[in-house]
Amino acid sequence: MATPTLIDPRTNTHVDLGVLRFLTCGSVDDGKSTLIGRLLYDSKAILADALQAIERTSQRRGHADVDLSLLTDGLQAEREQGITIDVAYRYFSTGTRNFIIADAPGHEQYTRNMVTAASTADLALILVDARKGVLTQTRRHLTLAHLVGIRHLVVVVNKMDLVGYDQAIFERIREDVLGFARELGAPDLRFLPLSALAGDMVVERGDNLPWYEGPTLVELLETAALEDRRQTLPFRFPVQWVIRPHQDFRGYAGRVASGRVQVGDALTVLPSGRGSRVKAIHLGDAKLAEAVAGQSVTLELEDDIDISRGDLLAEAAQPPLSARALEVDLCWLSEAPSRPAGRYLLRHGSRETRALLDGSAQRLDLNSLSRELETRLAMNDIARLRLKLQQPLPVDPYLENRAMGAFILVDESTHATVAAGFVRETL
Amino acid sequence: MTLLAPITQTLTHLDWLEAEAIHILREVAGQCANPVLLFSGGKDSLVLLRLAEKAFRPGRFPFPLMHIDTGHNYEEVTAFRDHRAAELGERLIVRSLEDSIQQGRIVLKSPLEARNRHQSVTLLDAIAEFGFDACIGGARRDEEKARAKERIFSFRDAFGQWDPKNQRPELWDLYNARIDPGENIRAFPISNWTELDVWQYIAREGLELPSIYFAHEREVVVRRDGALVPVTPLTPAKAGDDVQRLSVRFRTVGDITCTAPVRSTARSVDEILLETATTELTERGATRLDDQTSEASMEQRKKEGYF
Repeated sequence: MATPTLIDPRTNTHVDLGVLRFLTCGSVDDGKSTLIGRLLYDSKAILADALQAIERTSQRRGHADVDLSLLTDGLQAEREQGITIDVAYRYFSTGTRNFIIADAPGHEQYTRNMVTAASTADLALILVDARKGVLTQTRRHLTLAHLVGIRHLVVVVNKMDLVGYDQAIFERIREDVLGFARELGAPDLRFLPLSALAGDMVVERGDNLPWYEGPTLVELLETAALEDRRQTLPFRFPVQWVIRPHQDFRGYAGRVASGRVQVGDALTVLPSGRGSRVKAIHLGDAKLAEAVAGQSVTLELEDDIDISRGDLLAEAAQPPLSARALEVDLCWLSEAPSRPAGRYLLRHGSRETRALLDGSAQRLDLNSLSRELETRLAMNDIARLRLKLQQPLPVDPYLENRAMGAFILVDESTHATVAAGFVRETL
Repeated sequence: MTLLAPITQTLTHLDWLEAEAIHILREVAGQCANPVLLFSGGKDSLVLLRLAEKAFRPGRFPFPLMHIDTGHNYEEVTAFRDHRAAELGERLIVRSLEDSIQQGRIVLKSPLEARNRHQSVTLLDAIAEFGFDACIGGARRDEEKARAKERIFSFRDAFGQWDPKNQRPELWDLYNARIDPGENIRAFPISNWTELDVWQYIAREGLELPSIYFAHEREVVVRRDGALVPVTPLTPAKAGDDVQRLSVRFRTVGDITCTAPVRSTARSVDEILLETATTELTERGATRLDDQTSEASMEQRKKEGYF
């Protein structure tokens, strides 16, 4: 096996395809831990001492082979109490691309954990056990992944070794999932048969699935397009910090949320509505001609105008709408239910304002996709409702611009993060 | 004007990690009233300083630097720490375990006992002394499984405790640093970096490092399990020890009594990169003598207020 190739950024001897973040949806029964273990093991992300530790544990537990699922074994607190603690992050590299896996366990707090893991993911692996086919859980995973707007959805039909690598079984599962996806309005899905246990179609193709001609899992992960689409959206830049060492320099520090900006571009400052042009773009000692979505930079403007943390710099020709009322989807994360007509602190980009839950909520039933009216939201509920805002907030709909349509709600008395929010439209 | 869609560009993995870390540093500065950056002179905290330069220059850092000195550090590292802080012109606070011991705040079972876990006492006292509401640290999630589950903005109660079962959900890049007085946020801007990423960044940025990161000749005791224990006044060789003079380097620098070097001939960052890419041992597995005593020792220390 090859050791991970090295990318030397100075000589650029290898292609660097950036960082892909993905999440895995499934329970222990679907072989999720084994799949992650297989990815880490076959891509050589597991080093000898970590492997020896799980070999010892496997032997102690009487397994003949190394139990790869032990690689994702949890904390002492989890083992003692037989619980799993939300999301764990794991890392591997194939030499051309770095990967961050958000591993969200199943069980009772599933929705909350999955939404958290999905919020930063470019891709979701949705595991289906080939013996069991599409379950309620599969439908929940698809619905949530769609809600959070994950661009690449990959349905992994695992445990093909236990159904004799039968193509007909794979095809039947594909038809079932496609049927549901049409109902959901989900975009295109990819399907992949594999065996995490035997290692077929994970890193190696293996000899057992000759009828499958598509990419292996790792090939698929290496070639999935990143969130480049964000660069083609209108420019948005939440100001995080103002750098003002002396009279002659005033820099606005932040991370480009969407679009791109060049020296000379006309910008609008929100909420003040004043305009200026980009004088310079700094990244460390370097001056850039252009910055794109995802980059953290410091902007200097032509005019000396009053701008502070929480303001938004936006493309003058396509500014976002500022609204004092929003229609949103909320995923309730807190164990304490929502207070009817409750006030919460809303954080959007670098801006904070107060929000009032206005009227009743339409709670989504993840199994039937039907909605019912509720006055309170409980943990794991997903619901559509209206928010009234204390101050106008410049937003874009989440479906159009993830970074500009996402927010969280914080309880001002406990400081807990109580909800994840998705802007649907301004009212 | 062109009607063609602009060609998008993919950030390299180092550019992506750097941009994320800069964003996190600026969020700490924007949301917290009185943060501090924990700086030991080690490679991860040196990376943090470069990121802070990119986040805040030409302005000053909106936080001082602080080192919790166990008194068991290699002189090369503390000297480098002072040199780097002076070069940046930023304020460096040093609080030492030695003082905490003399004040009776820390009671050692034996004078040469490993001091890593006692750092929590001095750290919490320093946080109280200065009223810090956030500590920025260089911990990475790939180091250890307790870290793998920790948030980027990690909440600590008035006792400095981490409660793994009661963490704030962290969505998108929207961090929540709100706390009550006496509570504390630990912020980890390079959570998503691996050891290899750190070395690649050091190479790309041409960062200077303390000399003990590079291969040098040193007297070590070769333990039966293969671990190398440096022979120092704090850790003298005992009768019957297998003492050898080997070419070694440190992958991680910390308390002398619990940080071991590895065999290496790598005298430059490029050579270290090559070794790091082909190593068979995890960073902590190879070099931390204390983490091996208990499978859950990091988790335990974090619950007690450790970084």
